[in-house]
Amino acid sequence: MNDYNFAYLDEGTKRMIRRAILKAVAVPGYQVPFASREMPMPYGWGTGGVQVTAACLRPDDRLKVIDQGADDTTNAVSIRKFFQRTARVATTERTGDATIIQTRHRIPEAPLSEGQILVYQVPIPEPLRFLEPRETETRRMHALQEYGLMHLKLYEDIARHGEIATSYAYPVQVSGRYVMDPSPIPKFDNPKLSNCPALQLFGAGREQRIYAVPPYTQVISLDFEDHPFVATKAPHACDLCGDDGSYLDEVITDDAGRRMFICSDTDHCNSRRAAGHVGALTGDAA
Amino acid sequence: MTNSAPDRALSGGFSDMPVEAAQGFRSVLDALSRPGSIVRLNGATPPAPMSPAAGAVALVLLDNTTPLYLAPGHDTPALCAWIAFHTGAPLVSAETAMFALGTWPALQPVSRFAIGTADYPDRAATLIVETDRLDSSGGRLHGPGIETSARLSLPEIAAFRANHARFPLGFDTLFTCGDRLAGLPRSTQVESD
Repeated sequence: MNDYNFAYLDEGTKRMIRRAILKAVAVPGYQVPFASREMPMPYGWGTGGVQVTAACLRPDDRLKVIDQGADDTTNAVSIRKFFQRTARVATTERTGDATIIQTRHRIPEAPLSEGQILVYQVPIPEPLRFLEPRETETRRMHALQEYGLMHLKLYEDIARHGEIATSYAYPVQVSGRYVMDPSPIPKFDNPKLSNCPALQLFGAGREQRIYAVPPYTQVISLDFEDHPFVATKAPHACDLCGDDGSYLDEVITDDAGRRMFICSDTDHCNSRRAAGHVGALTGDAA
Repeated sequence: MTNSAPDRALSGGFSDMPVEAAQGFRSVLDALSRPGSIVRLNGATPPAPMSPAAGAVALVLLDNTTPLYLAPGHDTPALCAWIAFHTGAPLVSAETAMFALGTWPALQPVSRFAIGTADYPDRAATLIVETDRLDSSGGRLHGPGIETSARLSLPEIAAFRANHARFPLGFDTLFTCGDRLAGLPRSTQVESD
């Protein structure tokens, strides 16, 4: 006997979230309001993503949860345990084996496939919010497709820094219509949003919004002809697996300022190391 | 065993609501996020003329917060009783409905249904259209969810072209036939060839 309804939420709440998800899929990039519930974790810890995942989970799913690319950090471990306990679903750390992947701030390095759903945890879903604090105004700007303010912000980046300095939560336009916040993923991940075979769902619990990018949907990072979008990463190879194409975390290793760069995607790094790839500091770390 | 009207209203629902609703939703989500794909939807046995797939959609998505319009042919006492017992959805006129159920001819004119507002395009109706035939032939589909192009047997082309032309406004459609279902969101471009 389980003490919880399947996937924690009551059926009425799941129906409400499911209806919001379907409208989000029908209008790609548009933020659908939903009656976000209090969850047994604080806002800011992925309550939006957890509610979307709970509404989507089936008993036969294999769930993967990542936090900044890692399967083994507090947030990821807690959410994985939460669904192990309340939905009794199988879990995995392998990107390719997962049917639902809940993520905080990364898209896995391994390409996603058609049978998968990627659920993003979103803190501030409104890309225009820091430019215009009034919800009534930002809603009107989306209705009129009036996104000049966002281009102005990127232009001011160039005027001040010589380049577009926005490096995460980089704004995108979905299917030629809505400008969307892809959640605070590094802009390195932005190209993976576009034409992805997997369904991408975004949940913002505190802000009570759900939005979606259907499979095979065009997602364009905003830019200018003379300052095109560039996906950037630290100019190093992973010190553990040697990959020079993956997104890296910089880790300070002692008080003398020594540092190492390691893949932020732990499954990607572990898989490569298991396959025999080595990095510059492989011996040191082991 | 008698099969009186009250008995019929009480039977035909999911036997394990949380699990079957979860499975049913994923099928609907799959259909709507990949227009042109056809999924199977089992578990519900509503009274005729409602199809098992439409019955499952009702059990997955409808409750007392979702006003429903039953088109002529689907507004039978037996079906009203079944929907009332299993979902509690209030039955309303076409103009105020969040969901609508019926055959394509019976749902006409579809211009009555909510298409959302510029500020809230999500406040649009979802049409559950019962069809005799559902296969991957006929109208050519392009747009989000479709890698290159897909085909779906649509009851007509013009209405769905007009519906897409209003994007981001417009209604969204679920086609049901027996235990099969396909989705056509307003984001899909429809061409006759």
